[in-house]
Amino acid sequence: MKKNQTIPEKIWQFFCSARLAVCTLVLLALTSIIGTVILQNGTRDEYIKFYGHGWYNLIRAFDFDDMYHAWWFLSLIAVLCINIVVCSIERLSITWKIIFPKKITFNPDRFRKLKNFEILSVEKTLSQLTLESEKLLSKTIGPVIKEDTGKTILLYAEKGRWTRLGVYVVHASLLLLLLGALIGSLFGFKANLNLDEGKTSDTAVLIETKKPVKLGFSIRCNDFNVKFYDTGVPEEFRSNLTIIEDGKETLTKDILVNHPLRYKGINIFQSSYGSAQPDGVSLEIIDQQDKTTEIRKIKIGEEFQLPDGETLFKLEGFLPHFDFSGNDLGQAFIGRISEKDGKHFQIGLPLKFPTFDKMRKGSFAFVIKGADQKQYTGLHITKDPGIWYVYTGFMLMIIGCWITFFMAHESYFIEIEPTGELSSTLSISGTANRNSHGLKFKIKKMFHTIKG
Amino acid sequence: MNSSFLLSSTTFIYALASVFYIGSFAFKKNIFSKIGFIVLVAGFTDNTAGIIMRWVESYQMGYGHAPFSNMYESLVFFSWTVAILYIFVELKYKESIIGVFASPLIFLAIAYASFDPNTSSRISPLLPALKSNWLIAHVITCFLGYAGFAVAFGFSIMYFVRPCDNQSESIFAKLPSLDLIDELTYQMVVFGFLFLTIGIITGAVWANSAWGKYWTWDPKETWSLITWLIYAIFMHLRIMRGWSGKSLAYISVIGFLAVLFTYFGVNYFLSGLHSYA
Ligand code: HEM
Repeated sequence: MKKNQTIPEKIWQFFCSARLAVCTLVLLALTSIIGTVILQNGTRDEYIKFYGHGWYNLIRAFDFDDMYHAWWFLSLIAVLCINIVVCSIERLSITWKIIFPKKITFNPDRFRKLKNFEILSVEKTLSQLTLESEKLLSKTIGPVIKEDTGKTILLYAEKGRWTRLGVYVVHASLLLLLLGALIGSLFGFKANLNLDEGKTSDTAVLIETKKPVKLGFSIRCNDFNVKFYDTGVPEEFRSNLTIIEDGKETLTKDILVNHPLRYKGINIFQSSYGSAQPDGVSLEIIDQQDKTTEIRKIKIGEEFQLPDGETLFKLEGFLPHFDFSGNDLGQAFIGRISEKDGKHFQIGLPLKFPTFDKMRKGSFAFVIKGADQKQYTGLHITKDPGIWYVYTGFMLMIIGCWITFFMAHESYFIEIEPTGELSSTLSISGTANRNSHGLKFKIKKMFHTIKG
Repeated sequence: MNSSFLLSSTTFIYALASVFYIGSFAFKKNIFSKIGFIVLVAGFTDNTAGIIMRWVESYQMGYGHAPFSNMYESLVFFSWTVAILYIFVELKYKESIIGVFASPLIFLAIAYASFDPNTSSRISPLLPALKSNWLIAHVITCFLGYAGFAVAFGFSIMYFVRPCDNQSESIFAKLPSLDLIDELTYQMVVFGFLFLTIGIITGAVWANSAWGKYWTWDPKETWSLITWLIYAIFMHLRIMRGWSGKSLAYISVIGFLAVLFTYFGVNYFLSGLHSYA
């Protein structure tokens, strides 16, 4: 490190060192392990149960319970970004002139010293050999620069100078990708919405804060279906959804796992399902005295008169867990019977035990014949304005890696010297900024083509 | 003729190829490695037929999915990718001796698939989330990446067994020059890195289409990222800090251990979204 540096210069120097890049990458790799070993985003009780109080305090102190969002982990990523930016600026300012020179020049002595030199003596005139070589170079490599030194003819051609930019594309793609992730976490959201068949909603619940979020339009679930394989494993979940905007139905579409619906920047994914609360039931009413029966359909909140013409039955509601003297009988309808003398009481009609009400031994018994058992579809709803940055970053990263790994800046040099009226010697060599092994093959091949 | 017959015979053919390669090395007879190569190509053909057959059978059973959906199938595919990569390298560089280090890997992967009691070779239906072309691209590219790293690992091992002076009497003196090993290791890492990059990316795109999240830091994802970082470190040490030879070979070995952990360890020790595989 040079002396007499100002503080900003020192900082700049710090961030453009290769050692810092390697150290940051090593630290990122090592610390990432922590989050795969320690439970993430668990509850306080879980941590205390697994690790005990002492460890729990340590975990909290370093945010190991949500370490990929911890300040120190994000700082490491920030250091990586600054490192890349500073390093790229520093190097590009030097290599830019190499990549885009005003005029392409070459140094014959450098090529004469190369190891991959091939020499050939042929029975051809200087001009004939020059013409052939020039043709070959311009066909397989690129524009040829020709020089006459008086004694010899020099030919030079190159390709792929721009591929030196590949590395910068790789590093820039990384920045773009992280920028996309940042935009997504600042301006996007992730929410869930459980929607019963037939129901409509315009609000979902944020996963992290459990707060409601308005979507700007409504979603109606028309239908939900699960298909199973013979083995009982689910094969397909399918929800038929309609989007309603300003009171108008604008779109109806089926969504499946892996086939989400995208609408106005909001993505709707099939994520789970379950049984919804039924809104009505058909009941068989048995007159316990004369055993006559009658079937009635009723919705929650409705009431009707029983066959005796005096007693009222109202379907009051539905409970997911009906408690009967300390036993959980599962899902059940709750009804209320109001008799003529003003006496009224509640009865429970569990779905699992359709004839349960017979045990009550009242003057009428209610038997469940069929509930409009519906399902709800579990939707995962996201908005991520950063996604196109991330995807562009993905593309650039692949393209950049491809350029960096498989393409090179190659230069070829041919020198032709007349040795007689009808004979000449030709020497050929080349350089590449990477994959010198491959270059050797190419020079050999060229050599054989000229030899004929 | 069904796929399980084809794939178990593949296991034995690969075993035979390894024996020939190791034999050629131990007895310094080139003819053995020539036979080894032919046997390896035969095994590879059998392996290919087995995978295609399994694909067809899955359609006949009414499940209809590409054979890359569970541990067994992915191991079989892993053998296949290492085999094709190695065949390519041997044809290009004409150094059959490195087959000693690659062929046992090919054999071990498929043998593990067939004999480990925890991996089932039954063709089973796909869960809805796994029905995606992105998933097929994801699995294929990840395994090409792993194969590249596996072959790089095989080459790196040569650094630890090869004596430095070429006149040495040891059987290892016949190995290719250190320069060539260095070049080959680097080429394989580069190949692996490109495909692991594409693999992680297609995985992210798939997760985004199935669950609406492209990155969740689940253990399998995180470990593939760790692997990716290790090989990024490998390349930076080589390009920027001028590392080469044995010190770089250590990084390649660590990288491959990370690959193994990503592949096996995560399933056995850690839990997450990917635990189906
Ligand atoms: C995860 C992060 C990174 C990835 C994936 C990455 C990827 C790459 C790749 C693929 C290469 C080409 C290697 C080769 O030619 O064999 C490279 C080279 C390089 N990287 Fe990175 N890199 C990362 C981070 C960084 C950082 C933080 C710096 C900061 C200084 C950096 C600086 C460089 C430099 C200077 C080169 C050499 C360029 C040259 O060939 O002249 N990289 N990187």
